[in-house]
Amino acid sequence: MSGRVITVTSGKGGVGKTTTTANLAMALASLEKRIIAIDADIGLRNLDLVMGLENRIVYDLVDVVEGRCTLRQAMVKHKGYPYLYLIPASQTRDKTAITPQNMRAVAMELKDSYDFILVDSPAGIEWGFKNAIAPADEVLIVTNPDVSAVRDADRIIGLIETHDVPIPVRLVINRLKSGMVRKGEMLSVDDIIGLLSIRLVGVIPEDENVLRSSNQGVAVAGPAGQAFLNLARRLDGEQVPFQSLEITSLMDRFRRLFNNR
Amino acid sequence: MQDQVEFKGIREGILITIDPEAEWGDVLSDLTARIDNQAAFFRGATIVLQLGKRAVQRPELARLLNRLRERDVNLASVLSTSATTQGATRQLGLALDLSEIGPAEGVRQATPQIERPPEYPEKMFDDEIVGSEGILIRRTLRGGRVIRTPGHVVVVGDVNPGAEIIAGGDIVVWGRLRGVVHAGAMGDESCVICALDLQPTQLRISSLISVSPPTNKRRKPRPERAYIQDGQIKAEDWNH
Repeated sequence: MSGRVITVTSGKGGVGKTTTTANLAMALASLEKRIIAIDADIGLRNLDLVMGLENRIVYDLVDVVEGRCTLRQAMVKHKGYPYLYLIPASQTRDKTAITPQNMRAVAMELKDSYDFILVDSPAGIEWGFKNAIAPADEVLIVTNPDVSAVRDADRIIGLIETHDVPIPVRLVINRLKSGMVRKGEMLSVDDIIGLLSIRLVGVIPEDENVLRSSNQGVAVAGPAGQAFLNLARRLDGEQVPFQSLEITSLMDRFRRLFNNR
Repeated sequence: MQDQVEFKGIREGILITIDPEAEWGDVLSDLTARIDNQAAFFRGATIVLQLGKRAVQRPELARLLNRLRERDVNLASVLSTSATTQGATRQLGLALDLSEIGPAEGVRQATPQIERPPEYPEKMFDDEIVGSEGILIRRTLRGGRVIRTPGHVVVVGDVNPGAEIIAGGDIVVWGRLRGVVHAGAMGDESCVICALDLQPTQLRISSLISVSPPTNKRRKPRPERAYIQDGQIKAEDWNH
């Protein structure tokens, strides 16, 4: 069976693309899937840091593309999981060092041997984004419950929808604070879905554990860890109900009931 | 005199047809005056000139090009059957053919405009049935998209915040309208804006501008229609 290439992108920077890619990769690996994570953020690599693999890097994606090493040599094996590998980005080059064709070629070479190929995209809508999106079978849009992140997500979805070959797009809402949503101070899941009108595949709650584990380069535990595991299961085709979503939408329903009068 | 310059929306932008018999000096001042009158509509627009058999020398064309550039109007192509005009067009680095330029930004996904059937039996139908020109966009316009046309615009889908529609005619949104819309952008005060849920960031008709009142965001959506009455933009329930 051929593997699926999933690109993780957002438009806006700092919403948690890299954290999502890393934790999703580790969650899928814990489900005994064969995973490759590719850092397509050339020049600003940090997927290796969040996965705790910085000290094992010898070659990178640009070395592969320019023929200085084989794909196999650039793959960094994760210490915690038998079938999790990382292809790191180059620190010294910029995004123009690789092309969409390069990305497609790399993905094609890996597809037969892995279940999921996760591509971590740089922020923005320029060259690096086009590279990251080129090999994708599907796209995960990561957004935060704030208006500017949602606006940028909308723009990105529009670009992907009008791409030569439209790619299926699903949404991950990161850093949701259910307390603030309940008080009406933060966009709710329903608000975001109502605006973006794409399918939701994951809701990650705000969780201090994420920062701690990212700095240590390990998978996050706690509520966010559970949410990443649920996200991984849904991507694998399992039906997993949304935990935090139900609470907020029930509250919303009450609020609507009163406000419509 | 009135029809020496004609405007029409096409896939590539705005087609301006200039009567080949009219005096060039008149044409130039008429064209620039009309662009200045509707500066908001033309700013940033891509236009195509249809000059027909008129012979235009390079300095004349360059002068026109400069006037357009001063007004932030992008002349992409000059269509002509005159060898002189074609030569001047080439020398100025402009396209001679529509196939050399792509569709205008935003219009790419819209259904191409269909020319009005030329041989309608006269008096068999009302003008209403023949209708007026517009484009139908059958998708949600997401943030960053700009639609600009001299005709009407119908969107089947939402218009999200950050998207913008600038139309010479009416705007109808079969969905939620939350972006910026400008109907009657070429001065027609009779134009209307309709939506199933009218919550625009900003709404403009002709030269008037209005902003949605800060309403309870949980209100029940209802179809509304905005129009100009007594020099003001009014919005009312669409229940007739």
